[in-house]
Amino acid sequence: MKHIKTIQTACLKAQGYGCGECQASCQSACKTSCTVANQKCQKKA
Amino acid sequence: MTHIFKQNEMYFVLDVESGAVHMVDELAANAINAVEKFGKNARDMLAVAFDYSDEEIGEILAEIEELRARGELFTPEQPEVLAGESGEIKAMCLHVAHDCNLRCSYCFAETGEYHGGRALMSPEVGKAALDFLVAHSGKRKHLEVDFFGGEPLMNFGVVKELVAYGRKLEQEHNKLFRFTLTTNGVAVDDEFIEFANKELYNVVISIDGRKEVHDKLRVTPNGKGSFDLIFPKVKKLAFARQERGLDYYVRGTFTRNNLDFSKDVEFLANEGFEQISLEPVVLEPGDPLSIRVEDLTQVFKEYDRLVGMLYSRRKTGQWFNFFHFMLDLENGPCLAKRMTGCGAGSEYCAVSPQGDIYPCHQFVGKPEWKMGSVITGEYDRAMQKCFRECTVASKPACRECWAKYYCSGGCAANAQNLNGDIHKPYELACAMEKKRLECAIALYALERQDREEEAAAASGPAHS
Repeated sequence: MKHIKTIQTACLKAQGYGCGECQASCQSACKTSCTVANQKCQKKA
Repeated sequence: MTHIFKQNEMYFVLDVESGAVHMVDELAANAINAVEKFGKNARDMLAVAFDYSDEEIGEILAEIEELRARGELFTPEQPEVLAGESGEIKAMCLHVAHDCNLRCSYCFAETGEYHGGRALMSPEVGKAALDFLVAHSGKRKHLEVDFFGGEPLMNFGVVKELVAYGRKLEQEHNKLFRFTLTTNGVAVDDEFIEFANKELYNVVISIDGRKEVHDKLRVTPNGKGSFDLIFPKVKKLAFARQERGLDYYVRGTFTRNNLDFSKDVEFLANEGFEQISLEPVVLEPGDPLSIRVEDLTQVFKEYDRLVGMLYSRRKTGQWFNFFHFMLDLENGPCLAKRMTGCGAGSEYCAVSPQGDIYPCHQFVGKPEWKMGSVITGEYDRAMQKCFRECTVASKPACRECWAKYYCSGGCAANAQNLNGDIHKPYELACAMEKKRLECAIALYALERQDREEEAAAASGPAHS
């Protein structure tokens, strides 16, 4: 494509409840703000 | 829904519902905006408003349709997904000490008292809390426990006892505890460092940055700044973990006193810390330290400066990480987690020194938010359900927001404290979060571009 460069392809898909094995975001380094997208998926970590 | 923005002189388009991110030129940014707003009339609108040629418009509209067909543009809204099948709990904030050896002005915990007087958790209560967590964790293998306060090292003996007890539970129940601890650094010594390196998955160390900034608000009970007291210990602890590849964060808070907070990040990076988090203070709007709407321009400039700082330093081998710009577009969490956020009140809870259960550490000590007790085993499933169903799909402001799958609806405690409803996110925090996300995406794109160029250079020129 001439005008558009995709740097991330589609990655959000509804796939049930999730395994829940990942870290709870507030246990990392925030405690007052919520940032979830910086958490890794446990299965991909 | 799309979000089109300019950051670091580059245009980006986020296709919110698919998570796809595109770097585009100005023509594409305008065209995507026009197609989303005007549909079939976009062609006329682009010709009139921007004076683009027929050829240019035809070209860009074809590219847009290609992306749409690939499911990477104008993707329809995702269905609501809840995290966890039946209300399991996987993480616990254990308030082992409602007491503190500092008296920080902005402390949400009222310098450790949490509205209820100073108290230390007994080993019996702590063990009951770990038993409660295991009993409510269902099939989850990884369980998290954060030793929190106040200052948890004021009750270090109990921390050690509870970690040993947790290791025993791991064997008996086939679980894996990840213990973390949040400390102000005052009581850090060699014994703790050795213990932390052996037992703790993560250590969060509170420091606000430059001495003059830190000392203004983080003071000892006699009113003296604590920087000189903690700094050598913080360095020793952090570097010991850094050398071993163990997780830690130096974590600070910025207030209206230091709206030039990028200098505090810079200070910490210059001192050799590689894992840095600096967060905006959350206080009532009238508080002199609180961040206000009129401060946002300056705050945003500071985040812009941080993008430049991170990019240039990392490029020259001076790597460090800024927690709020971390964004793994590829391997990030699943949709269920992105919809439900931190899990406060549902997957996550906090336990007071007396054994009372609350949705998270920020609700502790507020009687109306008490969910139960690890001593009696009572647990308010109705309140848990209310938190569990508080997703980005159920909150009107979040449902319409482009950042919803990245912040996941924000902090429920902030929403409750500032807007009186866990379903109404705190707008000022949202504004800053959105800016940080734009910065994080731009930083990701810049570094990705460099990696691609390096790879191309390494593979050498093509042979004819």
